Amino acid sequence: MPIKILAAVAALLGAIAGPAFAEPIELQWWHAMTAINLERVNKLAADFNALQTDYKVTPVYKGSYPETMTAAIAAFRAGSPPHIVQVFEVGTATMMAAKGAVKPVYQLMADAGEPFDPQNYLPTVTGYYSTADGKMLSLPFNSSTAIVYWNKDAFQKAGLDPEPPKTWPETFATAKKLKSGGANCAVVPAWITWTQIEQFDAWHNLPLATKANGLDGTDTELVFNTPVMAKHITTLAEAIKDKSFDYGGRTNEAEGRFVSGDCAMIQTSSGFYGNVKTNAKFAFGMTELPYYPDIKGAPQNSIIGGASLWVMSGKKPEEYKGIAKFFSYLSRTDVQREMHEVTGYLPITKAAYEATKASGFYEKNPGREIPILQLAGKSPTENSRGLRLGNLVQIRDIIAEDLEGVFAGKSEPKAALDNAVARGNAILRQFQKNIQ
Amino acid sequence: MERRVVFSGWLFPVLLLLPQLAVTVVFFFWPAAQAILQSVRREDAFGLSTRFVAAENFTAVLGDPLYLASAEITVLFSIAVAGLALASGLLFAVMADRVVRGAAVYKTVLLLPYAVAPAIAGVLWLFLFNPSIGIVAVALRRLGIDWNYLLDAPQAMLLVVLAATWKQISYNFLFFLAGLQSIPPSLLEASAIDGASPRRRFWTIVFPLLAPTSFFLLVVNIVYAFFDTFGIIHNVTQGGPAKATEILVYKVWYDGMVGLDLGSSAAQSVILMAIVIGLTAIQFRFIERRVHYA
Repeated sequence: MPIKILAAVAALLGAIAGPAFAEPIELQWWHAMTAINLERVNKLAADFNALQTDYKVTPVYKGSYPETMTAAIAAFRAGSPPHIVQVFEVGTATMMAAKGAVKPVYQLMADAGEPFDPQNYLPTVTGYYSTADGKMLSLPFNSSTAIVYWNKDAFQKAGLDPEPPKTWPETFATAKKLKSGGANCAVVPAWITWTQIEQFDAWHNLPLATKANGLDGTDTELVFNTPVMAKHITTLAEAIKDKSFDYGGRTNEAEGRFVSGDCAMIQTSSGFYGNVKTNAKFAFGMTELPYYPDIKGAPQNSIIGGASLWVMSGKKPEEYKGIAKFFSYLSRTDVQREMHEVTGYLPITKAAYEATKASGFYEKNPGREIPILQLAGKSPTENSRGLRLGNLVQIRDIIAEDLEGVFAGKSEPKAALDNAVARGNAILRQFQKNIQ
Repeated sequence: MERRVVFSGWLFPVLLLLPQLAVTVVFFFWPAAQAILQSVRREDAFGLSTRFVAAENFTAVLGDPLYLASAEITVLFSIAVAGLALASGLLFAVMADRVVRGAAVYKTVLLLPYAVAPAIAGVLWLFLFNPSIGIVAVALRRLGIDWNYLLDAPQAMLLVVLAATWKQISYNFLFFLAGLQSIPPSLLEASAIDGASPRRRFWTIVFPLLAPTSFFLLVVNIVYAFFDTFGIIHNVTQGGPAKATEILVYKVWYDGMVGLDLGSSAAQSVILMAIVIGLTAIQFRFIERRVHYA
């Protein structure tokens, strides 16, 4: 008897409290953004939460890109993954191989009945995150590419043309002039492997690995130990030796030296723009990556960096509905446009790009269209569609280690590249074995 | 001589032991068992497919030239850190022991680095020596020294050895000071009356009597250099350049967390576990018996 009464009371209370006091469904979003990009993430979540009451997106900063990805994997293994996790482009192959751990975006949208047309997105961006037959697996969030930033004041001080160099030979010559003109550090490439090997190969229409750089299968093999690459690394090592180039490390640590005015030129992510804009106390410009004019087809197009949002599996249908709504919100033209204009990351939809263009933004802000033009200027080839290599994080470290050996004068460029290729291939075979 | 407390039943002593046992099981035995289990398996990062591979991970690790290189680096690093930290700890202890005025101040200042977490210590050294932003790095370059440990392996090694040593000196200082203070003054006075110089008194009386402390500290320092220096390496060099400062414990982390090769990482930690067990056994066997002199 008392149980029945209790049940009745509970049902009554439920009926009263139910819809009126329903807590919004919480959606965990793990990310790796810092500084002004962190503010952007928080604003996106807050704006979405203010727009409706059914769902609440909670962004959680989880450390660097690799740390965020590892945290999500560990959480998945422990049975409590976040709903959404931001994974950098080099983690894409690992996430794609983890069928059963992720819910593909195209399926998420279809299940939730959310309107979704992959044709609305920029193919240069989404191609990276889609299967061979065009099914989008993750939602591009902050997409960037490598470009060159140059300090106009430093050029003037060194008595140089107010025009940045276009080719590699010009870049090396400019670097020497900057150095002799009194610059403490002339040119510094950030993300050494990304800018000097990955982007370099795509930009010169050279293969980095077989099977369209891994996009067509996990049985891909590294092939970047070409004479062209060896020559480039040799020249680079010479420039580092005579101090007209600086070695800036494997990630973006050199960016601080550009913002402080210490280095006059830097090759790094287009996502660096927000930081320069906010913190640099000098006039700066942006330009395309340099190329070797004697290489046929160069410049081709550069490839994408940055990160995309992956949805983890094992969540409730109503939670997936919320994620689908959030992804629709992120794809909205006004939201994309604002994100693009503030951060320097690329717009992911065609409409957002067109709207930005139509508003005259690129005329008012010269250089801001460069990343898109550089990415989409030519239709991509097998060598420039993108990269999909298992354990690319580790492969990058291996390449960086061998390059560091060359820059320190300890090994020959050709031997170092051969060694990096051999070690990288061992990693690729290990990855293939592990995902069997 | 020995006084024993006798419990009337078994329930109460078991209850008293329970919290400690629970902590030990949850934080030591369970993870250790997990590591052993993982070390005989091969699986993808997400644990979606798992295969039993017996000792394959171990043979792969032990046959990997990179692993052996890392082991070599670890031995070098540990000897350098333990040697430097012990020598400077002893030096500071002997000096502080002689100080009459302001002794408490010296001792406090010398103990401070021990209160700093390894990760924080790493960041402190990074801010001083980073080629891009470090204050000392700028000064070194002004002096004409080409300071760039991002490329120069010996510089990187020197830097992490110094940072790790700096952090451990306090601990050694404390134990040496306690050791010094427990040396009977009558011995030193007697030899002083016999005309032994301070140097001679140190080498013939103080140093031998400190031997048990030194041996204990040697083991503790090696264990420290092997395992507790992860935070410093991670913050300062990330094992670079070209793996020149990648000690074994960093490699475990790197292969597991960055490389996502859990089988190999687990096999490496099982090997490390065996090393710790070995070191602990040595310590118990040789020190516990001789630690009480007189």
